[in-house]
Amino acid sequence: MSEDNGLSRRRFLTVATSITGAVGAVAAAVPFLSSWQPSARARALGAPVEVDLSKLEPGSMMRVIWRGNPVSILRRSETMLKLLAGEKADLRDPDSDVLDQQPEYARNATRSIKPEFLIVISNCTHLGCVPVNRFEVAPADLGPDWVGGFFCPCHGSKFDLAGRVYAGVPAPTNLKVPPHRYLGDKTLLIGEDAEVAA
Amino acid sequence: MSNAPANAVPEGAGRGTRLLAWIDARFPLSKMMREHATEYYAGKNFNIWYVFGVLAMVVLIIQLITGIFLTMNYKPSAEDAFASVEYIMRDVEWGWLIRYLHSTGASAFFIVVYLHMFRAMLYGSYKKPRELLWLIGMVIYVALMAEAFMGYLLPWGQMSYWGAQVIISLFGALPVIGDPLVEWIRGDYNISDITLNRFFALHVIAVPLALVMLVVMHILALHETGSNNPDGIEIKENKGPDGIPVDGIAFHPFYTAKDLVAIIVFLILFLGVVFFAPEMGGYFLEHANFEPANSLKTPEHIAPVWYFTPFYAILRAVPDKLGGVILMGGAIIVLFLLPWLDRSPVKSIRYRGWGYKGALAVFAVSFVVLGYLGMQPPTDTYTLIARVCTILYFGFFIYLYIYTGSEQGKPVPDRLTYHG
Repeated sequence: MSEDNGLSRRRFLTVATSITGAVGAVAAAVPFLSSWQPSARARALGAPVEVDLSKLEPGSMMRVIWRGNPVSILRRSETMLKLLAGEKADLRDPDSDVLDQQPEYARNATRSIKPEFLIVISNCTHLGCVPVNRFEVAPADLGPDWVGGFFCPCHGSKFDLAGRVYAGVPAPTNLKVPPHRYLGDKTLLIGEDAEVAA
Repeated sequence: MSNAPANAVPEGAGRGTRLLAWIDARFPLSKMMREHATEYYAGKNFNIWYVFGVLAMVVLIIQLITGIFLTMNYKPSAEDAFASVEYIMRDVEWGWLIRYLHSTGASAFFIVVYLHMFRAMLYGSYKKPRELLWLIGMVIYVALMAEAFMGYLLPWGQMSYWGAQVIISLFGALPVIGDPLVEWIRGDYNISDITLNRFFALHVIAVPLALVMLVVMHILALHETGSNNPDGIEIKENKGPDGIPVDGIAFHPFYTAKDLVAIIVFLILFLGVVFFAPEMGGYFLEHANFEPANSLKTPEHIAPVWYFTPFYAILRAVPDKLGGVILMGGAIIVLFLLPWLDRSPVKSIRYRGWGYKGALAVFAVSFVVLGYLGMQPPTDTYTLIARVCTILYFGFFIYLYIYTGSEQGKPVPDRLTYHG
């Protein structure tokens, strides 16, 4: 025994035991916290979905479910595409600079592979509500400048016909374009990137 | 108290006395009764503001009992949840009563807790030496909000689903970790059966367990410092020769008797709502929740239940997602700091300056207005008012810190007073 009755040795042992115990506690927490991750079944159910676009008329929209979330497929008419090409000064991210919001192949003026078809996840980028279709021009409640787009009833966020968010609304980014590719002329696969096909 | 050993029983003592002595030698029953009831002294001038603590406890017990009975018929799966609630309402004997007691109890809980917290602000009950008491209380409040939020998902109605969608999405505003965190909370790519199942586990086991332990800690902290009173005077500083505060009276029988009256009045009002207006015109049970959850269609107008709406209005008032989330969280965090933001040594509003009285009134009004706005659809005018009220809400705390540096109030008396 040293002169301090082994106090420094005891202190060392106390600290060492505490640290070992803490590391053990953290390690024991890992399985419990990991059990909250999407399970194998949930991931399997999130597989890509195939969509037949042949019955979709110009100017109309259909919704499919991918990973439990609504995906909107809008077939834009000539008029809609013309309106889309116009004014974009009041958009927050007109050129899709936020890279997470669309795959690279949808980072263009219409945010789509084919200009006609817009494919976006219909969950508002603010808090996840489903924006409603407001394709009419200049309705009373949205004002004379409205050229058609999506309006979120929850907190008033507005998006244009390419899912781009307007400035001055709560939603921070454009609607998300999911990974997708065309299997045929009118067959779409949502959930898998275009590059895979190439 | 005699100095005889605890297990010494006088000759010829009755059976009850002997049983109590037997227990006391093995468990501190009489000791606990004395410490927390018959010899716990509280200021003799408590008014109506001092009933909400015990009422919160009554509601907690109502929620625990009705909750246990609801789980006996409720099924926590996306497939069955909505139907099982309807089953409880229509087919289970007295099921409607048990469920309405539970759903009304949720709102009642927040009513009494908000009043309980406002009482602390009126009489400075969060000030030294009761800072920890206030902090534990705030943790209870946050746990209660988590409990209410997760419970609201369980009926799996439209508002359950979309309310959860909105609140969980709040975490997505955090930079970098946001999206993975949201996925981790949901356990899926959207709110699903998996989310419902884990919220059920948290709602019926984890959070109630934490709540009960926190309430015990809250009471232990209270009984350590002693209760505050409407005059904000420390009664322990003025003790009689017997060591009992001269302005104190025993919690039992005096305040237990008073609390009993409050409990009866409360139950009359509470059961009135349960029997005659359980939906409270859509405020306690929202109309949209009578439709099963549909992940493809957001209700026209979504709003949380009334007790969250002040914070929801703050969230909506900010035209920036992360900014809104920060202010919303900040509105709750700033309450934790109250004991250190209020630097005035005077506790009770009775002896504080008009600068405090006025500011507290403005704060209370802006909180109520925010609560109203949070229930309404967002229009330009409402958003403007919500922004003004958000500034007033936070302004109160900033003003409080500056103003209390040099507050001029009335002199505080040495003894408790009666104000009718």
